[in-house]
Order: sequence, then structure tokens, then C-alpha cells
Amino acid sequence: MENIGALALILAFCLAIYSFAASIIGGWKKKAFLIVSGERAVIAVFALITLAVVILLNALVTSDFRYAYVAAHSNRDMPVYYKLSSWWGGQEGSLLLWNFVLICYGLVVVLQNRRKHRQIMPWVVASLMGTQIFFLILNVFPASPFEMLAQGRNIVEVQDGNGLNPLLQYWTMLIHPPILYMGYVGFIVPFAFALGSLITRQPGEAWIHTTRRWAIVTWFFQSTGILLGAGWSYAVLGWGGYWVWDPVENVSFLPWLTSTAFLHSVMMQEKKGMMKVWNIVLVAATFFLCIFGTFMTRSGIVASVHAFATSNIGNYFLVFLTLGIAFTIYMILGRLDYLKSESELESVVSRESSFLFNNLVLLACCFATLWGTLFPVISEAISGERVSVDAPWFNRINIPIGLFLLFLTGVGPLLAWRRASTESIKRNFLLPFLAMLAIMAVLVVLGVQHVYALTTFGLCAFVSWTIGAEFWKGAGSIARKESIGMLPAMVALTHRNTRRYGGYIIHMAIVVMFIGFAGAAFNRDITVEVAEGKSFQLGKYDLKVSKVDMGQNENYVYQNAIIDVSVGGQHFTTLKPERRIYSKSEQPVGAVAIHRRLNEDLYVNFAAISSEAQKPIIQAYVFPLVTWIWAGWWVLFAGSIICLIPSKVKMSYAKTEVLGVAGAHAKVAK
Amino acid sequence: MHRTLKFGLVGTVIIGTLAWLAIGGTTESASYYKTVAEIQNLGPQAKDKKLRVGGYVEAGSISRNGDQVEFTLLEEGRKMRVRYTGNEPLPDTFKDGSQALIDGRMGEDVFHATKIAAKCASKYEAKPGESYKGNAASYTKKS
Repeated sequence: MENIGALALILAFCLAIYSFAASIIGGWKKKAFLIVSGERAVIAVFALITLAVVILLNALVTSDFRYAYVAAHSNRDMPVYYKLSSWWGGQEGSLLLWNFVLICYGLVVVLQNRRKHRQIMPWVVASLMGTQIFFLILNVFPASPFEMLAQGRNIVEVQDGNGLNPLLQYWTMLIHPPILYMGYVGFIVPFAFALGSLITRQPGEAWIHTTRRWAIVTWFFQSTGILLGAGWSYAVLGWGGYWVWDPVENVSFLPWLTSTAFLHSVMMQEKKGMMKVWNIVLVAATFFLCIFGTFMTRSGIVASVHAFATSNIGNYFLVFLTLGIAFTIYMILGRLDYLKSESELESVVSRESSFLFNNLVLLACCFATLWGTLFPVISEAISGERVSVDAPWFNRINIPIGLFLLFLTGVGPLLAWRRASTESIKRNFLLPFLAMLAIMAVLVVLGVQHVYALTTFGLCAFVSWTIGAEFWKGAGSIARKESIGMLPAMVALTHRNTRRYGGYIIHMAIVVMFIGFAGAAFNRDITVEVAEGKSFQLGKYDLKVSKVDMGQNENYVYQNAIIDVSVGGQHFTTLKPERRIYSKSEQPVGAVAIHRRLNEDLYVNFAAISSEAQKPIIQAYVFPLVTWIWAGWWVLFAGSIICLIPSKVKMSYAKTEVLGVAGAHAKVAK
Repeated sequence: MHRTLKFGLVGTVIIGTLAWLAIGGTTESASYYKTVAEIQNLGPQAKDKKLRVGGYVEAGSISRNGDQVEFTLLEEGRKMRVRYTGNEPLPDTFKDGSQALIDGRMGEDVFHATKIAAKCASKYEAKPGESYKGNAASYTKKS
């Protein structure tokens, strides 16, 4: 079996090279049979990689410990869903997942566009397969998942495997890696189409129309993947941090920033024919940052708690990145005439310029985050001393950026294209601005003094009001015209232009999440060493450690503290934080207990048993508003779905185009 | 005012503010990578800067009492006593013999750590021969 798996990957590698070469030659020399066979080779590569995946999964589920990969990342007693998720628990397997997701996208692209975009397609396939070749090289040569354990010349089997990292044995970790990969790998499709239309000098904005949905779907997966990672960090790592600007978190955030910028600035190109170079740069930057992120988590060039151990595949990535970026820059410079802007910016206060500032700020955030992440490397190169910057540095820069973006979220959609008049600004922004001031005043009276938190809540009120007003005004006129209720009118309104109103709902999701982020300003915590039967206090909560229990199951032994929580003498809830020692890895892992509510979470961690007194050490936290972050995801989900529903009214852009004179004559002749 | 000038002005203000924040923050939050030996050689100067030190947790040296954790950090034969008083619980991977990365400042004779990261043990690629417990024979990978 293992030989078939390894062979399947080698064959996939060869066919990917064939497809790459056939597509390029076919596209260049206009040979239809080569182009078609290049596309068919994609289908064959899909079948072969799927076969390799099935063989690896089968080995994981049946606990075939002859496989080095299975022995290192799985064990007999793990539940079957964790055995399956060991697929992406280590280097080799997660690279195979990359390959699998990439070829799935490749297959969909080929099947979707078999009869469309005949000129661009060979170059799209070549871009996809070029990337596929690179990842297959990794899976075939330095990081094969089909290596066997051997003693001398014989293949041997170990009794039991090492097991999956206990920290990863949590439900969000089952889906976090595949979803994140779907987001990051997915951005290759818009990139491939952009490159294809650049190479063939396609007239118009075909690549943007074709990949609009791809961009939205992959952006949604990126956002979901990042939030799942944050949710995992919050619920598993024991101190409630969901984002600490760790290098691995940062590199997942970078392409999200550029893709968000892309989704916005692409509207400028669709409606005004502006920023063409910029959009190509953004889509390329997103793609290469995805590859860069994969590289950073595996090369060990910056120390991180999450990173894979230093491995020998870093150089492969550097070569691929260098070649890819050099080729993209060469193509852009060679086609500058084709990318010329069709109109100019007219006013600083206009929709165009709000997009421009949105892009500027997103990119500044991206650059700052990248700079901070690479600071140890940069400082070592300049001064010879390795210096790192920590979370406060990132917060110092990125919190003001975040707030400015939140502000633009409210302002941008209400500004007119070209030039907004002072009159319209007054009309649109007076009430939201008053709402903002009112909220801030109320909060100050209630005793909130944290400046960033105040600003955040104020801006959230401002943005919610502007978005609400957009829905209300639009729905109002429909309701009057068609004499229906407000609610059906809102549905009808959204259906008329799903991208616009879906976009507003996504903006609303961002508002909801920002409320959650601002809650962090009011976190409280306490660490106590407390005997059984004794209690301690945190805020309004009385926590009593009523009992410490022990027990075991087949996967781990555990010790848990049963903590009765009461508020003002009334029983509130019972929490059971646990300490586990997993039998295979012999690693102790805490399992926190969280009482989640919309206003605040009560979060309890059983940290340790003290060395001298042998009493439990308990850490308790209150996290206000954290649930809003996760609630925001549902809003984001709803907004993304709405964006994907086709609009009822075909969108027509206010874009003047001179139609060909020949076309007019032809019509007359008929 | 000319349009380009206006756009340039707004852009410069934004980028300038951010650059100012970034540069100001760097001196405040920079921590220097040092080895235990380097810190001991620095003497009293070591107290001026935020430091980041890596090493191994000496087996049996961890003691936890109240909200304090103390242990000994080993690096290339040098030892340093570390006291942790941060409010985040120590990572689960922090245990006897684990590889730790410590942020903090040097005190009188104890290093005051504010943050400790311990290497995610299971993400290590298993080294042949040491990972498959209870089996003395050493295995090598074979393709």
C-alpha cells in the first residue's frame, strides 16, 4: 500500500510537470490539443493525490505503525476523529493536505471553465500546476508521508504511536487547519486568473468578474480559519488569550489583510477602471504571503511556540518565492501600458478616496505586522544583535489602525462616488455622530475611563447607525412603492444588490467583533493557592473549591477541582477545571472550565498543585464581552452567504464606454 | 490646494503617525536575545534592558508556591535561577527538561520572568531512536 501511495505522488508530480509544460506551450503556440490535454492532466493529478490521501488516512485509522508518520502522530487509543485529524498533525501530512486542497481547487477551476475563457485558461492551469509542482516536490522528496520505520533492512512496526499533540485534541483543531488552508490555497485562483489575463492582455475586467466569488469564499474561509485558531487559543491555552501577536498568528493575518484590501479596491476597478496595477499587486501579494506563511511556520527562522521544529525545507520555499515574485514583477512591468487607469481621483472626500485610505491603512497594518514579526531577523542583519518586539508593540500600532478602519467602515459606504458634497455629509453623518457622542457620554458617566475602549464603543455606535440607516432608508422607499411591510422590504432591498448589502452585514460583523475586542480592557484575574473547602473571590463571584477528584480514561488520567460559584450568596454555577496527563505523550495538559455568557465569561484554570503545601493552585479570570467575538462570526457567515446569492437586478455600472463603431454599422446592416 | 498635494498630505499624516508609533514603541518593548553566559558577564548592566533567554528547565528544579513559580534554567553548562510572577498560567509544555524561552529582566540574583514560552513538544519531529518509548532499539526512517 505504502508503495502505491508513494508511487501515486511521484506520478502526480510527473503529470503536474506535463500539464504545466503542455499548457504553456499550448497557450503560446495556440495548440488546442496541448491545452486540452494539460487540463485533463489536472484531473489525473487530482485522482492520484486523492489516492495517496486515502492510503494515508487508511493507515491512520487502522493504526498501521509501520508508517513513520502514523507512529509519530497517532496512537491506538485515540478516538477515530482525532486519528483522522492526525493527517494534518505533522509536517508531511499537512503538506499533503496543501496538495490535496490545491488540486481540488484546480479540478473545480478546470471543470467550471472548460468552455469559457479559452485564452486565459492555459495560463491559469500553468500557474496552478506550477504551484502544485512545488508542493509535490516537497511531498515526494524531503517530506514524504510514506516513509516506513526500518531496522536494518527490514520494515518494522512499533507497538504504539506517540499520539497527536494533546493541545490539538480539541474540536476547533479538527477543522481549523483544513479551513485555513482552504482560505489560503484558494487565493491562488484569483491570482492565476489575474496572471493569465495579464499575460494574454485580456480586454476588460473578465478576471475580476470570474474570480469575484472565489475571492469572497476564500476570504470567508481565511476569516473563519483565523477565528477558529483564536477560539482554540482562548479555550485551550489556559489564560484566555485569543491573540498575542505570535509569529505564527501574524503570518496567518498578513494575507487576510491584503485580501481584505483587494476585495475593496477591486470595486474601484470594476466601477471606474482605476487601480489596475494595484489590484494585481494585491492579489499577488496575498498569494505570496500565503506561501510565506507556510514557509515561516516550517522554517523556524523566528522562534514561536506554535512553529514546527527547524526543518530542511525552508530553502525550497525561498527558491519558489523568489522565482514567483520575480516573474510576477516582470509581468507587471512588461504590461504597464495595458494596466493604465481610466479615470482620476477627484476629491479627498469621496468613495474613491475612502477606498484608497482603507487600502493604505490595511497595507500599513500588514507592513507593520510583517516588520514586527521579522524584527529579530532584521535587527540581527543590521546591528548584529537579535532583538524582538512583543505584543504591546503590535497593539500600539495596530489598535489605532483598527479603530481608523472601523471609522472608515462607517464613513466609506455613505460617501458619494467622485465627490461628496458638504450638504450630504451633514445629512448622512449628523445623527450617527450624535449617537457616538451619546454612547461615549453614557459610558463615561458609568465610570469607563479606558480611552481605546471608549473610542471603540463610540465608533461601534457610529457605524451601526450608518449601516442601519442605509437599510432603513432603502427599505422605506421600497415599502412605500410596493406597499409591503418593512421586513419584507429589507429582504427585497438586500436581494436587489446582494454584494452591497451583504457587505454591510459583514461590516456589522466587524462591529460586533470590535465590541468583543474592547472587552479586553476590563479583564480581571486572580491566582490563588487554596485548600479544599476554602473559597476566594473575584469581582462579584465567590468561588469555593469543594473537592479535588481523580480518575482516568483510556486516553489520559485526570485530576479535577470542583468549584462551586455563587453570586451574592445565590448558587450560580459549578465549574470543573481539569488537569490531564495523556498516557502516550506523558504531557500534562490543563482543560479549563468556562462559563460563557453574553456580558462576560467566567474562566477557571487548574494551574498546578503547589510544591510545598500540596494544595491546588487555581487561576480565575473574568473576560467581559468575549462571546461577542464568536457571535460576530455568525454575522460574518450570514453576510458572506448573502454576498454569494446572485442579485435579482443585474448590476449595471455607471461606467461610460465607447462602443466600437464597427459594431454599430453591423447592427444597421442587419 | 492641488488634489495630489491634498492626497499626499493626508497619506503622509497617516503614515507619519504610524511610523512615529512604531519607532517610539520599539525602544520601549524591544527585548534582547542573550545567552545565560552573556547575562552573567554583563554584570550590573544586565538590569537595564529587557532580555530574552533560551535554555532548558533543569529537571526537578521547579517549585510552585502561591502565585510564584521558581526554577533553574540550564544553558551550555551555565545555570540561572528564574522566578516567574506573570499572570498567564505557564504553558502545559513547561515541565522538567523542556525547552523554554523566557522574557523578563535581571534582578539581584534571580531573573524575573514576565513571560515564558515552552516549546510545543509534540510538534517536534520525532528524532529516531528517542521517541518510541519502551523500545531500546533505534529505528531509522526508510523510504
